[in-house]
Amino acid sequence: MVFEKDLNLDATELRLGLPGSSEESLRISNKRALPDMNDDSGVAAAKKCDQETAPPTKAQVVGWPPIRSYRKNSLQTKKIEAETSGMYVKVSMDGAPYLRKIDLKVYKGYPELFKALEDMFKFKVGKYSEREGYNGSEFVPTYEDKDGDWMLVGDVPWEMFINACKRLRIVRGSEARGLGCVV
Amino acid sequence: MNYFPDEVLEHVFDFITSHKDRNSVSLVCKSWYKIERYSRQRVFIGNCYSISPERLIARFPGLKSLTLKGKPHFADFNLVPHDWGGFVYPWIEALAKSRIGLEELRLKRMVVSDESLELLSKSFVNFKSLVLVSCEGFTTDGLAAIAANCRFLRELDLQENEVDDHRGHWLSCFPESCTSLISLNFACLRGEVNLGALERLVSRSPNLKSLRLNRAVPLDTLQKLLMRAPQLVDLGIGSYVHDPFSEAYNKLKIAIQRCKSIRSLSGFLEVAPHCMSAIYPICGNLTFLNLSYAPGLHGNKLMKLIQHCRKLQRLWILDCIGDKGLGVVALTCKELQELRVFPSDPFEAGNAAVTEEGLVLVSAGCPKLNSLLYFCQQMTNAALITVAKNCPNFIRFRLCILDPIKPDPVTNQPLDEGFGAIVQSCKGLKRLSLSGLLTDQVFLYIGMYAEQLEMLSIAFAADSDKGMLYVLNGCKKLRKLEIRDCPFGDAALLEDVGKYETMRSLWMSSCEVTLGGCKAVAEKMPSLNVEIIDESEQMEFNLDDKQKVDKMYLYRTLVGHRKDAPEYVWIL
Repeated sequence: MVFEKDLNLDATELRLGLPGSSEESLRISNKRALPDMNDDSGVAAAKKCDQETAPPTKAQVVGWPPIRSYRKNSLQTKKIEAETSGMYVKVSMDGAPYLRKIDLKVYKGYPELFKALEDMFKFKVGKYSEREGYNGSEFVPTYEDKDGDWMLVGDVPWEMFINACKRLRIVRGSEARGLGCVV
Repeated sequence: MNYFPDEVLEHVFDFITSHKDRNSVSLVCKSWYKIERYSRQRVFIGNCYSISPERLIARFPGLKSLTLKGKPHFADFNLVPHDWGGFVYPWIEALAKSRIGLEELRLKRMVVSDESLELLSKSFVNFKSLVLVSCEGFTTDGLAAIAANCRFLRELDLQENEVDDHRGHWLSCFPESCTSLISLNFACLRGEVNLGALERLVSRSPNLKSLRLNRAVPLDTLQKLLMRAPQLVDLGIGSYVHDPFSEAYNKLKIAIQRCKSIRSLSGFLEVAPHCMSAIYPICGNLTFLNLSYAPGLHGNKLMKLIQHCRKLQRLWILDCIGDKGLGVVALTCKELQELRVFPSDPFEAGNAAVTEEGLVLVSAGCPKLNSLLYFCQQMTNAALITVAKNCPNFIRFRLCILDPIKPDPVTNQPLDEGFGAIVQSCKGLKRLSLSGLLTDQVFLYIGMYAEQLEMLSIAFAADSDKGMLYVLNGCKKLRKLEIRDCPFGDAALLEDVGKYETMRSLWMSSCEVTLGGCKAVAEKMPSLNVEIIDESEQMEFNLDDKQKVDKMYLYRTLVGHRKDAPEYVWIL
């Protein structure tokens, strides 16, 4: 801070930020222009706002926001976990020569999941209704739950489903009849 | 002065429990001083460097409970290097050598080594209670020593410590004969625990009232623990993830319903939001709810949970509750006294989900509100003025706008008037933290109106020395002042150095004070330790008095310079 002019420590200073990013964008400067004695404080403040139009990136200010390291570390851990840990399950389709694996976490709900499965295996999922299961397709999506039972995909809320699903199986044709496939 | 025998006075003093009152009593006369010091059992030391353990032991031979605080508050935010100080070992060593029958030790922001925990566990036969808040330096091995050796342990309470976790065998170290536990909190431990040992421990602890689990304790273990401890008053849930149609979940519902005494609930370190309905039966009795570590709980599920909590007095949550959710709090929690809203995404300031609207709603709906910690996206003067009118009873008011110099977004003005309204209306205000765009004006208001203020935290504020001077001249009861990134220099620092002897401490970092200014304070006030903290080694090269000091921490002390300061701390 103090020795910048003398030793040109700018060049070798360690900062959190991309190389080439300027100091202005990184530091919130506390070196305000002292307002004139006669100046209306409102005007001075407005001037200040104009000077700082480019908001500095928040992550670079040491010790801000003022939350305990323990809490900060916890949040970061949770964020990283949420982002990196996948929920990979095997997907098999009757008649296909090999299985695939998908990460259930990347989908927000059943529509996205079905679209992905349809793209992957080149088939169409029928229309879902609670009474009749899937209507209009010879393919029915099923899953094995934590108790080892084979269930119809779509009956329970999405979050419940991704927590319970161990693997997926796209059942075809005659086998599907018992699960409510109306061909 | 003495109309009564000493025993009578001693008996009278037994009823005087607050530290401040007992300190006052000891100043009345020599004989009261003597009686007070022999009968004193609980001592609070707000700065471990203000006194030495030897003098403490000499004055209070009957000491049973000691509370110590080490590092300055800004150490919580990484502004103080880790090995700055605050070591508890010398205290435990000195107490162990003496005849003090220590029973309780409460530490905050101190460095606690495994050696000190081991020494503690072996030195005091009647040791009953260990509370560690925001401490570091120990591992689960130290906890194992406490568990194994403290035969009459009642309380082991670990809050937000950085613990090196060597895995869960420490729980197995509680001997079979240990049945005295009243409170066990290990929520901050990150590693696995021996679930069987935990179950057995809870089974043989009939007095257990408070149990806070860590993330590694799954739902089915929780259910078993609750079945064994339906008398719990305070529960911290670790992992709360399960299939709501499973047998384990049904069992959990039954177990929870048996726990009719639970008044305080926290944790949910891992949570599946669709399982919250099992909690509803106990919500109606809750007075404290802490969901600030449960980012998985938000939206409708969170609001539904809160709607069941009509008796809540203290609520700690994440800002993903949103202004709307705070509206639900305002409608439901009419007994609310304390609200803390933490940021769920602290580094993406644009995503903070609460604004001034949420705060205004709560202030309107919860007239008993007296304590606030609020991290938000923005704040307006109008909102603060409304809040001040609605809630004149604030004791603690800590506002943190994530962009620290943000003005009122509606008027583009600084927030001086808003905070001014708060200090004017809340005559009992003891603690205040400011943020947002602020000029010297807000400090004029603080100096004028904040007569009871004891602690003030300032960041990125003010225009000149005048700001600091208004505060130092006006706030007669000020004990702790912490300042960062403000244009306060030597003129403000040196105006009234005698004031610092009436305070516990002053912290100034990234301000305009110079080495010369700090030296002047140290010279005039030998009863203060003036520390310069500079890790960049620039102090070695350039001893120019005009150079600005990066971090200065000064505090009153009766024992002079401390001997344990690291190289980069220079005590003037």
